[in-house]
Amino acid sequence: MPSEKRLRIKTLVMVLAMVVCANAGDLLLKRGMTQIGAVELTAQGIAQAFRLTVANATIWVAIFFLIGFMVSYMTVLSWADYSYVMPAGAFGYAVLTFLAVIFLHESVSPRRWIGVVLICVGVLLVGRTRPRTTEVPSEAVMQCESS
Amino acid sequence: MILGSTGGEIAITHGMKSVGEPARLRPRAVLQFLGRAVRNGWFWTGVPLMALSFYALLVLLSWAPISLVIPASALSYVVGTFGAKFILGEDVSTARWAGVILVCIGVALVAAG
Repeated sequence: MPSEKRLRIKTLVMVLAMVVCANAGDLLLKRGMTQIGAVELTAQGIAQAFRLTVANATIWVAIFFLIGFMVSYMTVLSWADYSYVMPAGAFGYAVLTFLAVIFLHESVSPRRWIGVVLICVGVLLVGRTRPRTTEVPSEAVMQCESS
Repeated sequence: MILGSTGGEIAITHGMKSVGEPARLRPRAVLQFLGRAVRNGWFWTGVPLMALSFYALLVLLSWAPISLVIPASALSYVVGTFGAKFILGEDVSTARWAGVILVCIGVALVAAG
């Protein structure tokens, strides 16, 4: 496979993993914290909330997804441009809106729909540019040089 | 807040670029790659900056209404692109700029609800 095409597919897969992990993590965190209830901002209240959060399975699954996000984010940034990954990640806002409509039957304002359309067009524009414009040291190259 | 998060992300990007991409995306190779990443100084420059931006967000939310703060944070897409161009030396083409500006307006509209 030509390296340019391979780079594009690899970047796309990692950005998707990033978006899925970030959204799943945030949603589960929200669900877990709702189970715990409103946290009182006193020393005792925070200590109580801390005990409840570490004992909550949903929160742990959320943390697992958020670590997955951080790992995929760091990995994709090791080869792709920040100015490519950052706007591409905004695709998550569009996905979240569709999920809210399909699964939660939320009503979405026209203003928000316009926002979703702009994000999709913007991500498509960025997605058509080359994912990498700077030189990146690849491990394979470094291994050749050191041997 | 915007400067903290953008500065943090740029530092991490710089760190990851100097670490280099993993030779292959297998669990073991990725773990070794992450081990090298957390030993990189830039990573530890980025994390406190991102934490700082999170605190700035909390403080800002206590001063200004959330309906203003969250859409305004969409500006970080434009600031981040400037950072990528002038600090990281990435080649930001016209198409990419157009995309970033559309995403920025779009995120502000979505966040405003």
